[in-house]
Amino acid sequence: MPAPIRLRELIRTIRTARTQAEEREMIQKECAAIRSSFREEDNTYRCRNVAKLLYMHMLGYPAHFGQLECLKLIASQKFTDKRIGYLGAMLLLDERQDVHLLMTNCIKNDLNHSTQYVQGLALCTLGCMGSSEMCRDLAGEVEKLLKTSNSYLRKKAALCAVHVIRKVPELMEMFLPATKNLLSEKNHGVLHTSVVLLTEMCERSPDMLAHFRKLVPQLVRILKNLIMSGYSPEHDVSGISDPFLQVRILRLLRILGKGDDDSSEAMNDILAQVATNTETSKNVGNAILYETVLTIMDIKSESGLRVLAINILGRFLLNNDKNIRYVALTSLLKTVQTDHNAVQRHRSTIVDCLKDLDVSIKRRAMELSFALVNGNNIRGMMKELLYFLDSCDPEFKADCASGVFLAAEKYAPSKRWHIDTIMRVLTTAGSYVRDDSVPNLIQLITNSVEMHAYTVQRLYKALLDDISQQPLVQVASWCIGEYGDLLVSGQCEEEEPIQVTEDEVLDVLEGLLVSNLSTPVTRGYALTAIMKLSTRFTSVNRIKKVVSIYGSSIDVELQQRAVEYNALFKKYDHMRPALLERMPIMEKTASNGPTEIVQTNGETEPSVVEAKHPPPVTQPTNQVRTVFSLYIRKNTHLGLEANPNPNIAVITIHASNSTEADMTDFVFQAAVPKTFQLQLLSPSSNVVPALNQGTVTQVIRVLNPQKQQLRMRIKLTYTHKGSAVQDLAEVNNFPPQSWQ
Amino acid sequence: MTRLLKIVSCSSLRFFLQMRFLLLFSRQGKLRLQKWFTPLTDREKKKVIRDMMMLVLARPARSCNFLQWRDLKIVYKRYASLYFCAGLEDHDNELLALEVLHRYVELLDKYFGNVCELDIIFNFEKAYFILDEFLMEGEILETSKVAVGVSLEEADTLQETMEEYMSKPAY
Repeated sequence: MPAPIRLRELIRTIRTARTQAEEREMIQKECAAIRSSFREEDNTYRCRNVAKLLYMHMLGYPAHFGQLECLKLIASQKFTDKRIGYLGAMLLLDERQDVHLLMTNCIKNDLNHSTQYVQGLALCTLGCMGSSEMCRDLAGEVEKLLKTSNSYLRKKAALCAVHVIRKVPELMEMFLPATKNLLSEKNHGVLHTSVVLLTEMCERSPDMLAHFRKLVPQLVRILKNLIMSGYSPEHDVSGISDPFLQVRILRLLRILGKGDDDSSEAMNDILAQVATNTETSKNVGNAILYETVLTIMDIKSESGLRVLAINILGRFLLNNDKNIRYVALTSLLKTVQTDHNAVQRHRSTIVDCLKDLDVSIKRRAMELSFALVNGNNIRGMMKELLYFLDSCDPEFKADCASGVFLAAEKYAPSKRWHIDTIMRVLTTAGSYVRDDSVPNLIQLITNSVEMHAYTVQRLYKALLDDISQQPLVQVASWCIGEYGDLLVSGQCEEEEPIQVTEDEVLDVLEGLLVSNLSTPVTRGYALTAIMKLSTRFTSVNRIKKVVSIYGSSIDVELQQRAVEYNALFKKYDHMRPALLERMPIMEKTASNGPTEIVQTNGETEPSVVEAKHPPPVTQPTNQVRTVFSLYIRKNTHLGLEANPNPNIAVITIHASNSTEADMTDFVFQAAVPKTFQLQLLSPSSNVVPALNQGTVTQVIRVLNPQKQQLRMRIKLTYTHKGSAVQDLAEVNNFPPQSWQ
Repeated sequence: MTRLLKIVSCSSLRFFLQMRFLLLFSRQGKLRLQKWFTPLTDREKKKVIRDMMMLVLARPARSCNFLQWRDLKIVYKRYASLYFCAGLEDHDNELLALEVLHRYVELLDKYFGNVCELDIIFNFEKAYFILDEFLMEGEILETSKVAVGVSLEEADTLQETMEEYMSKPAY
């Protein structure tokens, strides 16, 4: 039996394949050889065969038949075998296969091996793919190694402990004693991984966080030493001593200082020092500065420090390095709500970034620009944003147009300015405007009574130039239908009135009906506009003719309209004026109306549940948080507080219970339509105390890339007075502020 | 529930994980290394790989090294013919991630001596060994280049035959 070919030989051979088919053939042949070798229980070449299998796996071919072989390699005494075996386990196995549990014993033995590199392999594998069961079984071993004086093992044990905690949070307590003197280590590897471990524990448990606050002085000292120490070749990166450790410490300080005055004060000096002394010529220095800025913004720093941080970001904006400009814009976007005035000072630089060549930077600059628009700067900002809208790539136009409409609605200095802005958007980016903009704009125009003549004139002129942009055409058609009388009477006050006859207007509208550029929806608008003009114009006969022609249109929608309008002329002519008269002012549909709840019965309790809709509490549109209430049954209240961020809506649920018994094992589940992505974070607890004595809080993060109306289905399960309860509800009326 | 909706239950989701994955691939879209720091199904992994290749390979030459994908930040850098691509949580430090990628390249370079893509193709298992001495659970294990180099050399000497040891290219 010839020896199986070597790994590198196989790789060389496979690379000579000229087609996918040829490669597949080689792979199949080799797999067959490997399989028979496995069947023969060949110990000598098992390692080589598994290594080859791993290579083929990376090319995308199935390799599951090698899983058990990896386990055999791990159990071998040879280091080479173990190395490949553990690698194979990490690549081919995960917690979904029952097979992986067979590793537990091997790993346990290897964790106690006499050679540290074998112990290292075991720790690495456990820390990479250890399942909850494995972690539970082996946590004790990891904890032991965390206390060893061998720094090679200690650092690996620390990160392995992080993995264990992530998998089985309840085990966190057992690692607490071992953390006692982790920070007095000199070895940077151990220090770094220890800081990571401490960070993980603090993030998961408020008690741990409180416990570890006392480490702040020590962390500050370590950071100070790193900065002040001379050149250390081992840890130097472009003149900075161990930037990775510096950043990790800064992050831990952030967590410890957040919301705590004393800790924040204790770190003030070192933060100022890092912020002013770090070398910024290379990326690595800026990475540290960036982390420092994030820390300053999150803790209770004094205002001078905060201004320093924002100014650093402002300087970043002027940096030649694109990455740094991008990072600055991203951070400013996060801080613009809380430190609005400070960020405003950098507005002109931010607006300049709209002209950047890089797509990622342009997008961030656009988002940030919209966040900075207010009543004072609206005219200037809008000029820049409209210029951006003109020249930007199509991928931005829809979002930019929506942003302009929103900003204009909130801060328009005058009605005329508002209409002009809308016109500008419709004429330059009209085909990218969202479908819901058309009804919104129509409503806006209707309600700007004194601007009707001006608006219809401008829209008419725009139509003469270009009828390809459907939203523009639709809005224009509608306006002409409504205010055509003002158009022909030449009544415009705002600008020079144009001379236009009824026939000319009808020519334009009829042109829309026949044009290939018009969509069916647009044709509908045009036909209705023509009909409306029958009560505003004198040339009724022409209109009657047009309407009757379309009574036999192939387009069913158009046909129906024409037939109905025909009927109006023939049989209901006395009603025509009333039906077609001017539209009244429209109330904006209350977006903050009572939430719609669709109740479905819980599976265990067949009784009908009643929904209570108390008037929700909403805040004015220019505030960040929107709060509204949802009652399920009579006694469970969910308060939803939405905190919109341009990319991710963060919704916080506060669940309370007004019955006399606690709700235990309380689990909240949510589902959203496919275009959204949902992330549910850990709840504050799973017991909702009785009689409104407390609430369970849970944070949901919703990613809404297509900016669609947020809908959510909610399921509550809990135990109440001994029996299991399940409630389902649907929320459809999230206030637009929470998802736009 | 209709099939349009997917239910996410409130399991304890990882919140502050630094790195979700690290991928190495060539300009032609050939995968050279994949390291996953969260459990994903094979199908999900394939999707991520496909998306990353598509997004990164389409980027113009002098773009910034960051882009947004779903709720992750993607940091990528091209070294000769290989793209190094990492997926980070939304609140991670992208600038530092660039340094992490660079450090890994330096470690590869030190080990293989003027590393090139072929080294990583023919010695992929070594690329993994080096990575596993540098990162674990998406976090940095050792910040000293020297220490990583020493561990690798000592581990290599444990390989049983002279032949296996020598099959590694000289420093």
